[in-house]
Amino acid sequence: MACFLVPAAEAVVTTIAQKRLAAKEDRAALESGAEKSGISFSSKLKWLNDLLWGGSALLAFEHLWHGEITLAFPFLTNASNPADLSMMLHEMATVGTSMAAAVTAVWAVFAAAVTAIEKKARELPEEGAAEA
Amino acid sequence: MTLLTVVFAAVIATVIWYKNAPNDNMMVGTLCLIYWGASLMWLVDAVFEFIELKEKFFTPAPAEMLNDLYLGLSAAALGLVIWLVMLLIKDPKNVVRQTILKKLK
Repeated sequence: MACFLVPAAEAVVTTIAQKRLAAKEDRAALESGAEKSGISFSSKLKWLNDLLWGGSALLAFEHLWHGEITLAFPFLTNASNPADLSMMLHEMATVGTSMAAAVTAVWAVFAAAVTAIEKKARELPEEGAAEA
Repeated sequence: MTLLTVVFAAVIATVIWYKNAPNDNMMVGTLCLIYWGASLMWLVDAVFEFIELKEKFFTPAPAEMLNDLYLGLSAAALGLVIWLVMLLIKDPKNVVRQTILKKLK
């Protein structure tokens, strides 16, 4: 119906946050003069953007395929009458929210694993130096 | 069937990304994320459909399966088009810019 709108809305928020964060990180690196090391949080947030935008785009195509999206206002066929509208909102609240939560959860686990690997890689040379 | 098709596309894209990693000049990583994002979303959709249909979920009509396969292939093609447009706009290998500059000279 319109479940893809929930992850798409999340994608808008994460994209704005990622752009602002990337600018802030660049400014901080410029001020401190230190070179960036490892994968920044804004780069990790970009993975979430790609997951959300990509998924939403392909799901929007599926809705277009099934005739649930039209080119005329209100663009969603179910938004034209109140009975279908409440069903659509219910689907957005259940399926759409679950989609956004699932994608975000998978990204969070993946980003945490990458951070842990980076941390371990940074500690290894220090351990080697301590042993020597 | 749509979910299966996109999962296969995601796996193939990930294998190609892994083969060329850490070099990602072709932005295959972005293609992987597009397909995995769609796969996760269709997986959630399939779970909700399974809760509603129960065992009928596993016995779709042949015509329905064919339509879903066609949709999955079309979605995979759309993913490729999105990736290609992003690749040409970002132009990480400077190929498009150099070609335009060459024509201008």
